[in-house]
Amino acid sequence: MSPQTLVTILVFAPLLGAIVAGLFGRRIGHVPSMAVTTGLLFLSCLIAWINFVANFNGAPKFLVELLPFIQIGDFQSTWSIRVDTLSSVMLVVVTSVSALVHLYSWGYMAEDDSKPRFFAYLSLFTFAMLALVTANDFMQLFFGWEGVGLASYLLIGFWFKKPTANAAAIKAFVVNRVGDFGFALGIMTVFWMFHTIRFDQLFPLIPSMLNKGWDFAGQHWSALDLAGALLFVGAMGKSAQFFLHTWLPDAMEGPTPVSALIHAATMVTAGVYMVCLLSPIYEHAPVARDIVIMIGAITSLFAATVGLAQNDIKRVIAYSTCSQLGYMFIAAGVGAYQAGMFHLFTHAFFKALLFLGAGSVIHAMHHEQDMRAMGALRKKIPVTWAVMMIGTIAITGLGIPEIMGHGLGFAGFYSKDGILEAAYKAGLSNPTANFGFLVGLAVAGLTAFYSWRLIFMTFEGKPKWGAHPHDDHAGHHAQIESHSEPDTHGHDDHGHGHGHTPHESPWVMLVPLLVLSVGAIAAGFVFAPYFIGEDHDAFWRGAIFVSANNHVLNEMELPAWVTWSPLAVSVLGLLVACYFYLLKPELPPRIAAQKGPIWTFLYNKWFFDEIYDFIFVKGAKLLGDLFWKVGDQKLIDGLGPNGFARASLEGGKRVAKVQTGYVYHYAFVMLLGVLGLLSYGIWLAS
Amino acid sequence: MLPNILSVVTFLPLVGALAVTLLRFLARADDKPAIDRNAKWIALWTTLITLAVSVVLVAQFDQSNPGFQFVERYDWFAGATYSMGVDGISVLFVLLTAFLLPLCIVASWSSIKERVVEYMIAFLVLETLVIGVFTATDLFLFYIFFEGGLVPMFLIIGIWGGKNRVYAAYKFFLYTLLGSILMLGAMLYMAATAHTTSIPELMKHHFDPEVQLFLWVAFTASFAVKMPMWPVHTWLPDAHVEAPTAGSVILAGILLKLGGYGFLRFNLPMFPHASEVFTPLIFTLSVIAIVYTSLVAFRQTDIKKLIAYSSVAHMGFVTMGIFAGNAIGVQGAIFQMLSHGVISGALFLCVGVVYDRMHTREIAFYGGLVNRMPWYAATFMLFTMANVGLPGTSGFVGEILTMTGTYSVSTWTVIVAASGVIFSAVYALTVYRRVVFGEMTNPKLMDITDLDWREVAIFAPLIVGTLALGVYPKLVFAVTQASVDALVSTYSAAIGG
Repeated sequence: MSPQTLVTILVFAPLLGAIVAGLFGRRIGHVPSMAVTTGLLFLSCLIAWINFVANFNGAPKFLVELLPFIQIGDFQSTWSIRVDTLSSVMLVVVTSVSALVHLYSWGYMAEDDSKPRFFAYLSLFTFAMLALVTANDFMQLFFGWEGVGLASYLLIGFWFKKPTANAAAIKAFVVNRVGDFGFALGIMTVFWMFHTIRFDQLFPLIPSMLNKGWDFAGQHWSALDLAGALLFVGAMGKSAQFFLHTWLPDAMEGPTPVSALIHAATMVTAGVYMVCLLSPIYEHAPVARDIVIMIGAITSLFAATVGLAQNDIKRVIAYSTCSQLGYMFIAAGVGAYQAGMFHLFTHAFFKALLFLGAGSVIHAMHHEQDMRAMGALRKKIPVTWAVMMIGTIAITGLGIPEIMGHGLGFAGFYSKDGILEAAYKAGLSNPTANFGFLVGLAVAGLTAFYSWRLIFMTFEGKPKWGAHPHDDHAGHHAQIESHSEPDTHGHDDHGHGHGHTPHESPWVMLVPLLVLSVGAIAAGFVFAPYFIGEDHDAFWRGAIFVSANNHVLNEMELPAWVTWSPLAVSVLGLLVACYFYLLKPELPPRIAAQKGPIWTFLYNKWFFDEIYDFIFVKGAKLLGDLFWKVGDQKLIDGLGPNGFARASLEGGKRVAKVQTGYVYHYAFVMLLGVLGLLSYGIWLAS
Repeated sequence: MLPNILSVVTFLPLVGALAVTLLRFLARADDKPAIDRNAKWIALWTTLITLAVSVVLVAQFDQSNPGFQFVERYDWFAGATYSMGVDGISVLFVLLTAFLLPLCIVASWSSIKERVVEYMIAFLVLETLVIGVFTATDLFLFYIFFEGGLVPMFLIIGIWGGKNRVYAAYKFFLYTLLGSILMLGAMLYMAATAHTTSIPELMKHHFDPEVQLFLWVAFTASFAVKMPMWPVHTWLPDAHVEAPTAGSVILAGILLKLGGYGFLRFNLPMFPHASEVFTPLIFTLSVIAIVYTSLVAFRQTDIKKLIAYSSVAHMGFVTMGIFAGNAIGVQGAIFQMLSHGVISGALFLCVGVVYDRMHTREIAFYGGLVNRMPWYAATFMLFTMANVGLPGTSGFVGEILTMTGTYSVSTWTVIVAASGVIFSAVYALTVYRRVVFGEMTNPKLMDITDLDWREVAIFAPLIVGTLALGVYPKLVFAVTQASVDALVSTYSAAIGG
């Protein structure tokens, strides 16, 4: 079969699975629904890898145009499948993680009685994500963009009986809509400038528009910068960046496989992908790029600090994701799009691994998510422990620089160091990039601390899942905790695992973990030369645009401290975590109990939810009531129809008369009209 | 090719109405169930045949011809003519009307128990009058259809409506009255000065720019009420709340489109100068409608009122797109009207499903419906998402195009309007959550049943329509393009652009 046919099958196989499981799941039963969706996903995955390897071997990029979408004048959008290196990488990431998550869910969701619906949503998500990454114009990109948002909404709220899950689902959708507000305006700005929304037509036109803009307040404002900044607002929503991040931790209300697939490996990286895809715009939009760096850096720092103080295992990983996405944006902002994509690639493996591993822990603990109720699980669930260790080593970037050419370490080591080095090089001429570098370095230490904290609290120390009830559940802590799953899940015990012995997960869950472990170990070592190393030009083949004065990926002699400091801060984080959680495990609860200002600030996530709730939610309610009760009812109706009615009713008429009279009134007006017509006719005739 | 196909499609429902009337008088008066049943079947078959004829009409429509087609013209009285014709702007509204009417009849099948015969007659007469609005190409013929259509709508609200139907019908009447008188006056003036009542000829007539301003205001007074635009929108929520389900479907699905159609048929081509002058006003009112009514919708406790306010917001995109005056904006506006006809109709039918079972529209009464009604939940979800403009549904296409079209004319307008996509998500998802998700706590809901075959038959075509238009909007654009391009180029030439 031709590559064109193959990729078409690749994209539509998950949609077929979603339709079969979604519409006929009840009729054909659970196992067939799961088998169809999972099987089709593995088919997609296989094709994605074939395509990736072909691309590796120099297969040309191509475009499959399927059907016209919105086409009016210059506004030409076509349903199409664009295959180049950039989309090939994403196809591999999306289908691989998705296929493994489908498989994993056989075990994780075994006791749920809505399995067909779950698998249908997963496949639907995958289809939307594939549509997003293969888009050749902004409309299809937007379709995928909101399509994954829909799937995310449905999956976060999958356990629809839980009020917290429903609230989190709406929050995710609405916050993403705020991002899409900017995204849509960005698209319109691009269309207004270039009269096209097709990427292949747009990119060659960009150099001709460098000077377009406005002079305002004594300064020239570039239209490309405006477009880039607006589009980035969309990326901020989807990738949970600072200001628009609040939905991601709440999204952990969804089943854990969802968190791994959507809220770690794929959907949330769509923003990064978009910025890299639009590198021809961002390369010519220095102000927009500085914004990208700033937001990315602030996010990575913010999320890492909050992650220090959280106790819910999934929330720690969620903040970690948020922070790592910030890293990717730092990379894109400094012009190292390839490094951003590389971190996206490796992150997909080790973060999916961490999430699915956490899922395995939660499964073992009978749906307990509070790490304070865990401890000493290493011997009980050794496979899970081992893969979590691999994931943690990968994310903390442990590795030895400067040996074997690129150094030696797990996946995150290569991609994170790649980003920091690029930021350092860019920082030599751009202070914002320098800021990105310094923050990135600090965050590497924080990352190591909270990641190891997670491992130590979960797997080491004394078991806290014995028969005694955990009395450290303070009242306010219930709001961020979400352990109990709904009754549909078949668990009668809501005792948070007490009295049960943790058990290792079934093989259907462990196999995906092992496969991802291979990725988390080797993806960096194998692919670093192609993504960011000396072969990167041959690998990307123009899928990412780099302007002539952008040298951040070129070979350059770096000072030793730049090369070694990431490792140093990472080890430092590890040591501090060792001290607090292995040597002196009584310290952290004491710090938490004191409720010092810093701890309170971090524990409450910088009070973003409270502030937003006060300003936006309360504000919208207030304005809505004001417009409705005062605007509509008092002013418009009061002065208009009701005032009129009062005046006419005061004439002594009873309601009943009006009731029978109104049709006649109307007929009377009609009659007037006809009379007018007739008199006009007579006037004409005479 | 059918001769006089436009007259056929317009008056077929009236023939059906006469048949129902005859049935009423010929049948034995004591056999009420049989009369009612036959009335329903006659109405259903009439509307289905009308639908078939309108499908033929669209199939035979020449998409490359920007002018009026299937033209019929007979002298009438007093200088007015009976003339009909459709172009790319109007022909799809004929189809939309013919498409929604059978669904309305089926939706009323068992929920209407009182005065069934009169109900069916009212709907059939209404169909004739509404289709007539879109097929008439004579000023006064248009006026008769345009205003006449409100009489059966009045009766539908006033007789089969809820407990506050009198107030609602009264409000509806009052608003409409104001607009009608002004529009009629303007029409008389136009006929007198241009010496013709033919709409195509009036479109070529150059009215004095000063005069245009007055004519524009007079027509707008009528169309703005129909849309409805802020601040003359308050009749709509009341009318919807009191109207029976099928009445709401027609009201939101078709009657609201008369205003937008009127703007395209009269204001833009006949008063281009005035349209340009008043464009900032229209933009302002449009974005106020979008933001203001979205926030009001957020606070509603009655599902129907919420959807009604949401309709006002969506119509804000339509007026904005029309007065953008370019092909993208106008195409988007037409698309938005057609799409909203399908989506809002479907949403009111969704409310009707639970209203028929529980006889309340209070949001707080419901909750957890998905536990008993999974298919209903899925259907309602689809249309909720279409309502918030999710790409892949028809709701998206109109919104993005009207905004894109307006962007080059007034960027600030679009910035405010775009915030509407946030608000719509807030109110639509909130109401969905409160009605459908959660635990089922109200014991009265325990025995509620999922969609029956009749309801599935109603929703299936609407689902297909929403998705088909959302994925392949060319279905609409292919028909509208030639006429819209002609309209837009004439308009921009007239305003010297």
